[in-house]
Amino acid sequence: MRRFIFVLIATLSLVSAAFPVEPDEVLPDQALEARARALSKTLRCMVCQNQSIDDSNAPLARDLRLLLRERIKSGSSDNEVRDFLVSRYGEFVLLEPRLNRHTFTLWALPALGLVIGGIALLLALRRGKGIAANPLSAEEKQRLKRLLEGSDVKKM
Amino acid sequence: MIAELGHFALALAFALALLQTGISLWGAAKRDVTLMSAAGPMALAGFGFVALAFSSLVAVYVQSDFSVASVYANSHSAQPLLYKVTGVWGNHEGSMLLWVLVLAIFSALVALFSGNLPIRLRANVLGIEGAIAAVFLLFILTTSNPFLRLDPPPAEGRELNPILQDIGLAIHPPLLYLGYVGFSISFAFAIAALIEGRIDAAWARWVRPWALAAWIFLTLGIAMGSYWAYYELGWGGYWFWDPVENASLMPWLAGTALLHSAVVMEKRDALKIWTVLLAILTFSLSLLGTFLVRSGVLTSVHTFANDPARGVFILAILTLFVGGSFALFAWRAIELKPGGLFAPISREGALVLNNLFLAAAAATILTGTLYPLALEAITGAKISVGAPFFNRTAGPLFLCLLILMPAGPLLAWKRGDLAGVAQRLVVAATISFAVAALSLWLVQGGPLLAAIGLFIALYAIAGALVEFADRTALFRGSLSASLSRVAGLPRSAFGTTLAHLGIGIALLGIVAEAGWSEERIVALKAGDQVLIGQFDLQFKGIIPRQGPNWRDLVGRFEVRKGGVVVAALEPAKRTYLADGQSTTEAGIETFGFGQLYVSLGDPMADGAVSARIYWKPLVTLIWLGGVVMAIGGVFSISDRRLRIGAPQPARRNTVPAPAE
Repeated sequence: MRRFIFVLIATLSLVSAAFPVEPDEVLPDQALEARARALSKTLRCMVCQNQSIDDSNAPLARDLRLLLRERIKSGSSDNEVRDFLVSRYGEFVLLEPRLNRHTFTLWALPALGLVIGGIALLLALRRGKGIAANPLSAEEKQRLKRLLEGSDVKKM
Repeated sequence: MIAELGHFALALAFALALLQTGISLWGAAKRDVTLMSAAGPMALAGFGFVALAFSSLVAVYVQSDFSVASVYANSHSAQPLLYKVTGVWGNHEGSMLLWVLVLAIFSALVALFSGNLPIRLRANVLGIEGAIAAVFLLFILTTSNPFLRLDPPPAEGRELNPILQDIGLAIHPPLLYLGYVGFSISFAFAIAALIEGRIDAAWARWVRPWALAAWIFLTLGIAMGSYWAYYELGWGGYWFWDPVENASLMPWLAGTALLHSAVVMEKRDALKIWTVLLAILTFSLSLLGTFLVRSGVLTSVHTFANDPARGVFILAILTLFVGGSFALFAWRAIELKPGGLFAPISREGALVLNNLFLAAAAATILTGTLYPLALEAITGAKISVGAPFFNRTAGPLFLCLLILMPAGPLLAWKRGDLAGVAQRLVVAATISFAVAALSLWLVQGGPLLAAIGLFIALYAIAGALVEFADRTALFRGSLSASLSRVAGLPRSAFGTTLAHLGIGIALLGIVAEAGWSEERIVALKAGDQVLIGQFDLQFKGIIPRQGPNWRDLVGRFEVRKGGVVVAALEPAKRTYLADGQSTTEAGIETFGFGQLYVSLGDPMADGAVSARIYWKPLVTLIWLGGVVMAIGGVFSISDRRLRIGAPQPARRNTVPAPAE
């Protein structure tokens, strides 16, 4: 943690205005470059504040961008690159957390919320229907009829 | 002297807010008319003192009085006047004072324009507003006093953070706070209803204008903030799923749900308990946003305060209001009688579904934002939850919502006819599908997801228009008959159409930006050419330029389209003189709804300079959509129904409109 803070301070003081993705980083192969860009959008710049390495101009982000391009060029799949970075920096580097016991709740919650909310709604509706389905008694029907006819007479 | 005056006014405002709370709530409980009628004048006086404190702070900033610690830390004598003023809220202390000022403004407005409210409801509402003000004033006085002096006074200030030296700071935070704090009114109304144990359709009619006003400001604030980030941060992104952005999006989602459920309550006397809960939730999320941003619990670009004492205090405020109001809700909600019944396929049903999706989206974003904090606190594991997560989870929820949206206004109240609605939407769906398919063919190799997004966006837009055409019998009768129907429509009908249209327009912009943007990352020397979109950019070289407190290195680009010069772009690398910080100033030119965006990097060793050049078709629709939504809100708020029996200074507009 202390090292992390040190790096943070060191980087902040160095924030020269370097630039996310410098021209000299771009791979000549367009397909590989597109993959590298897509991948780097899902990786966190560890010393920045909520930026992907694709958006960040920190030196560390540049190092990571170069590193992942090296790996992609040498034939690694996206997942292999991710695994490598996680082994080096921990799960923190992934902007999209992988499904495991720590993140199960996180991933399940949106769907679960929708399902639970939906069920609650259905229950509420059925309860409402129960009241609505309460039929009128014969006497009430008579009264209703009289009232309706009465209003008709008035209208005419 | 001025600083001490401000400090004193702030302390008086605190004392007054305490009195306002005690006297109003006590008076309401005892049904004492004298005590209850004191609430209004006290709210007005409270506004006076807070306004005096705020003006004092502005005055010391304008004078560059560096003996005041906050001015020293956030201003500089060479700063342009505009940024001296906006610097007032470009820091923790001042922005909290702005928060309280906005709260005082809203309380004063309630005091002025609620003469037709039942006096007990009014006293309770003002009492709750007073309590919120008292707590936040205490927070400012004890932990974040903007009027503290330095001894000896420094000769020069340390300047406002360069990223904040922009017109955006003049507009974005005030709009956002008007939104956040505006929802305190619906919150106060909800608490008042719970205290009285009574709520009816009239309540919804009183609350809706306030909630609408807050929603309009929040919508504009978010759109404005997004555009600011887009042009200032220099890499062309407009939404980062940053915790601070999420903090503003969550109350927006809950507030949107509140507006919709309040419609059901006003029209059909149903969903009462849910509406009250939403009013509480919306303001709770606003408070949570304030907590997240102000406590420094998150580290993000927007957070300028890192002080644990403050964090604990704000957490206590949060617990008090959120916990207190939920406890009150759990205790008293049972007193509120559920109202009107409706079939699942009905306007009410559609609005409930809208609420379900909005609430699920807000819950998803809330979980995603807080999860890393909670996980680290509990297990020590550090994970990140960023843009890809939110796109994958909240994204589909939004898309479902937009697919359902056009059907809602077409359904009848109580019991709707789904087949009839489908019939009316089939043309809109077919046209949208055809255009989306055409786009796949036109943009060969374009992403499929963009085509799907395009379909949904067009369908939402067409659906909103179909609903409008339906209401005005357009294409079914003579044009003049339709025009007279347009004139006869209530303004809230225009509001619905425009707001739904705006959402569709914003999605269209988002889809176009994501799917069809072009990007060039290049190293340029004078005379180099770059082709992008239909444009041909020529780099003319770099010139220096001097500003009041900065120095620019300006890259000059000549833009041609079809051989004709259509624009000159001047992106710059800006270095601030006071502390050597630098920012990128993007060069942006709008063509139609698209934008050409050039951002300059550093000079390289061989004399070239790196640049990022984007062509983003339809990108401005993202923010224009937000503006259209806000205009829809303005139409809604000006509806006659809301003005009758709702806050209204003069009663001259209550003459009934001629029958259709």
